[in-house]
Amino acid sequence: MTALRVPHRHASPAASAGEPADSGPSGTVGPPPAAGRPGPAPAVPSIEFETVSFAYPDGTRALAEVALRIEPGESVAIVGQNGSGKSTLVRHLNGLLRPSSGRVLLDGWDIRPIHVARLAGLVGLAFQNPDRQLFAGRVSVEVAFGPRNLGVCGAVLEERVGAAMEEVGLAAEAGTNPYDLGYSRRKLLALASVLAMRTPILVLDEPTTGQDARGVARVRAVVAAAAAEGRTVIAITHAMEFAAESFERVVVMRDGRVVLDGAPDVVFAEAAWLELRASFLEPPAAAVAGARLGLGSTPTAAAVVAALGRSRG
Amino acid sequence: MAIELASARYRYAGSASAALGPIDLRVEEGRVVGVAGANESGKSTLCLVAAGLAPGVIGGKRDGSVRIDGADAAALKPHELAQRCGILFQHAATQLSHSTATVFEEVAFGPCNLGLRIPEVVERVWAALRAAGVEALAARDPGRLSGGQAQLVALASVLAMRPKYLILDEPTSELDPAGTTLVADALTRVAAETGAGILLIEHKTDVLARIADEVIVLERGAVALSGPAAAVLADPRLSDLGVEPPAAVRLERAVRAAAIEWSAALAEAVR
Repeated sequence: MTALRVPHRHASPAASAGEPADSGPSGTVGPPPAAGRPGPAPAVPSIEFETVSFAYPDGTRALAEVALRIEPGESVAIVGQNGSGKSTLVRHLNGLLRPSSGRVLLDGWDIRPIHVARLAGLVGLAFQNPDRQLFAGRVSVEVAFGPRNLGVCGAVLEERVGAAMEEVGLAAEAGTNPYDLGYSRRKLLALASVLAMRTPILVLDEPTTGQDARGVARVRAVVAAAAAEGRTVIAITHAMEFAAESFERVVVMRDGRVVLDGAPDVVFAEAAWLELRASFLEPPAAAVAGARLGLGSTPTAAAVVAALGRSRG
Repeated sequence: MAIELASARYRYAGSASAALGPIDLRVEEGRVVGVAGANESGKSTLCLVAAGLAPGVIGGKRDGSVRIDGADAAALKPHELAQRCGILFQHAATQLSHSTATVFEEVAFGPCNLGLRIPEVVERVWAALRAAGVEALAARDPGRLSGGQAQLVALASVLAMRPKYLILDEPTSELDPAGTTLVADALTRVAAETGAGILLIEHKTDVLARIADEVIVLERGAVALSGPAAAVLADPRLSDLGVEPPAAVRLERAVRAAAIEWSAALAEAVR
């Protein structure tokens, strides 16, 4: 079971009442809706990492003064070598980890005093390894667990569960035991169980790992749909093509720091390759081809085609 | 000498239908044969069958023949199989022994069980750790590694056995681009220098484009496409089979789809 889908009974509105973070300026970080009613979808808060550092108990320093602001509705890919701090960073968003120093703010409010059960309604995090997340005996029960703990029930719950299973292509597997699914479909199930929570912020840790072309297409569609709804989508990925094609912003991490941050055509432009390679990353093939042909920065195949069209037309 | 599958078919114990086959496949010494296919198309089952573990160790029923250097895989004893075929499972957790205190001991576990003399074990372990780029992890606790590190240590533990054939089930799935390049280079070197034959399951077709001599694509347990790597990876049916073509192929398609000529300069730029 994951801490991000903590049962609602652990949330204690009384305990947090009166704390400054209890309700944000727009009510985004405000109290949860009464049980049984999902209430209106909460507004999408901005995210700010304010010089956040983090060291694990064994002394490993995973984040070093990260300063990063993500506006509501942005879609952001976080890339970097294994061990560069990507997963550590996103685990600060839902309170699984708390900064050793610095602050994480949602809509300007420090999340430190906010219970993880409350954060769970705002930030949905799909783990890299689905087996750390799945526990139910049936696919539909697994998907229903998160939203149920956010107080969703009845027909609304059913609709959400159905829609989430449909979105990842598991509608026909509602009664299947999650562990009878192959790894790639367990991973899609973990994604569905987070989608069903309809959190304003969606965080995906290496969602395309182990997926075949159809699975990758489903993940791309999930990202596009969430972005189109105005939700914030953050994905950690090693797939540079996916980062360049599906996200409007790419953040490159190295040794716990943000070393590049910008639109794909900035981060994958030839001028940034030295920094990319110092981070043990390679620009997408389309970017390399575009640079060789003198087409400027072309991070995607579509950008290459557009630049070729311009240069010929 | 080779691993040879002829009309091989396999069904798991308790299952009514075959998960694999009929399949014909030849992995010769010094060659890299890539395997691609949609999820649940039979790739991991192929690994178990080619390595002689199915049905030899896990049961089930096999038809047709699976021969390793001419010997029926089903007739080989586990220690004989282990010295011929090294298999890297899809998940490193399945591979690691969970009985050692350091990465060095973990990688030494296999060679020690072969009864080799200590100096040779030590030499093999360092060579394997170096090939997988994880020398720096030698003193670490294998139970406290990241997913990518564990995958590289598991690969090192297979390389240390110096098998004639390597059967690798998505060895780069958890790795970053640098780790993926490192493994691809290491496998090319192993095939060239030791003459090992390699059966490589891989979703990343860019890796197959770089190091595979031949590629087969599975669909529902059977071979849907096979041939030289470049030809198979450029086959228009690849996407329909659930396999994402290499980046260069996708770029060529996007350019052609826009009715722009695919010139020699373009082809050169994506090489």
